Amino acid sequence: MQLQEQPTQQADAIDLMVNMGPQHPSTHGVFRLVIWVDGEKIVRSEPHIGYLHRGSEKLCEGEQYGQIITLFDRLDYVANLNCELAICMAVEKLMGLEVPERAEYIRVILCELNRIASHMLFYGVYGLDAGAMTPVLYGFRERERVQALFEAVTGARMMHNYIRIGGVNEDLPDDFRLRMSTLLDQLERGIGECDELLSQNEMFLARTKGVGAIAAAEAIDLGVTGPALRACGVPEDVRISEPYSIYDRFDFGIPVGTYGDCWDRYYVRVEEMRQSLGIVRQAMEQLPEGEIAANVRRIARPPKGEVYLRTESPRGDFGVFLVSDGTDMPYRVKVRAPSFCNLQALQAMLRDAYIADAVIILGSIDIILGEVDR
Amino acid sequence: MARRPRREPIIPEAPVALDTMGEALAATLAEVFGPDSETHIGAAVDEVTLMVRPDQVPDVCNMCRTDPRLDFNYLRCLSVVDYVEASAELEVNYHLYSLDKRHKMVVKTRVPEDSPSVPTVTEIWAGANWYERESHDLFGIVFDGHPDLVPLLLYEGFEGFPGRKSFPFHDYDEW
Repeated sequence: MQLQEQPTQQADAIDLMVNMGPQHPSTHGVFRLVIWVDGEKIVRSEPHIGYLHRGSEKLCEGEQYGQIITLFDRLDYVANLNCELAICMAVEKLMGLEVPERAEYIRVILCELNRIASHMLFYGVYGLDAGAMTPVLYGFRERERVQALFEAVTGARMMHNYIRIGGVNEDLPDDFRLRMSTLLDQLERGIGECDELLSQNEMFLARTKGVGAIAAAEAIDLGVTGPALRACGVPEDVRISEPYSIYDRFDFGIPVGTYGDCWDRYYVRVEEMRQSLGIVRQAMEQLPEGEIAANVRRIARPPKGEVYLRTESPRGDFGVFLVSDGTDMPYRVKVRAPSFCNLQALQAMLRDAYIADAVIILGSIDIILGEVDR
Repeated sequence: MARRPRREPIIPEAPVALDTMGEALAATLAEVFGPDSETHIGAAVDEVTLMVRPDQVPDVCNMCRTDPRLDFNYLRCLSVVDYVEASAELEVNYHLYSLDKRHKMVVKTRVPEDSPSVPTVTEIWAGANWYERESHDLFGIVFDGHPDLVPLLLYEGFEGFPGRKSFPFHDYDEW
């Protein structure tokens, strides 16, 4: 029996539009994605953002430098400390301020723990995106341990408002070393468990391997940074290429992927947690005693000028462009949000993918809408 | 008794501190863009700046991207600063970085407030797409040749440019 060859349908003739969001559990916030499909294949996609636009950059222009920190907390709301660090370092750079050693170490320890907490959230939610219920319980369990430590140190589980221009708000609690020694061991075991639970799971591999791949050249062209770029095999990490704070004192590696697909993006983050844990261990060994804040006026008045500072947030290259006119309020603050740029690559990743993979591709970019919309 | 006039407050300027890489880059830029190209090389704290006319932006950016001595393959940030009060101009900043050479610079251009248009750089860096849409939303800059300059962060039909200094903070009609 011979099968009669079916005429292939034209993509523009049979488009079915599928709307996802803005209120959809798998968009990780208020994000709308419109997809045109031909059968099961995605023909075209159109992301819509801006539902969470609060005008943070404009609001910064009406606040004093010390008050901006709380606004930055609310950008990337699962890696608050990394955002706080960026704005504080930008002001310090403009003022030419030296931060005491102890404060630098406290910042690095907390920011790296925040990176682990952020990646743990990604790990859990990504498992959920792939249809696995258990990882989210493991991921949140580990994240909860870090959050408890943050609460002990900064007084808040999220929105810490802890890092200050010239240092940090207050010294570490007395039992910090004791807490850390148990926490680090727990985290190490936890990361191992999480890795074992999901990474090599056959169904998970089938869902993520070779899905949503993007080439390194295209990723660079689109301005993709962070784990999403490293998954393409580009060893770019601001902590190494342009070391800030005291990152040049630690010995750590940059995990890179090979194919730039969803699994690589996922596994780069798992490996990154291990590297961060290594940094925290080294920092804990070197943690000196001493001052926790430089002697700065309560109302900072940086000199006239402009500065661009970039840091490595869990999502990528987090940049702050700060223009000062010499008053106590900034003239202009521009946030270069890594999620914003990474999300631009979504259209390229969705090209020729199946509609069933749309959620898992979107999840692998790990967007935070607070940062995308600002 | 005559009152002594109040002194103008002295506002200090941030000192320029280019590292060796920045100085080398400034020299290379002087080589690439010769003295007759009407570009101005300067520095802001630790970054080399290149001030150009709006119509020179695509050529200069293309050179920055393709010239092997510069090789700026990554557009870090595209931002707009409002200088309308001081000089009736808006400044567009292109923060560039080379992932291979690891050097950085800023290309700056100033457009008049009444006709704020700059040629697009989306063909040079695809990542500029959303940045330009965002700048169009918030500052009203028109990027000539942009493939799809529709609102990104704001909704269709929003009146005014909320990024500009002239836009009020609180008292505006939301819907």
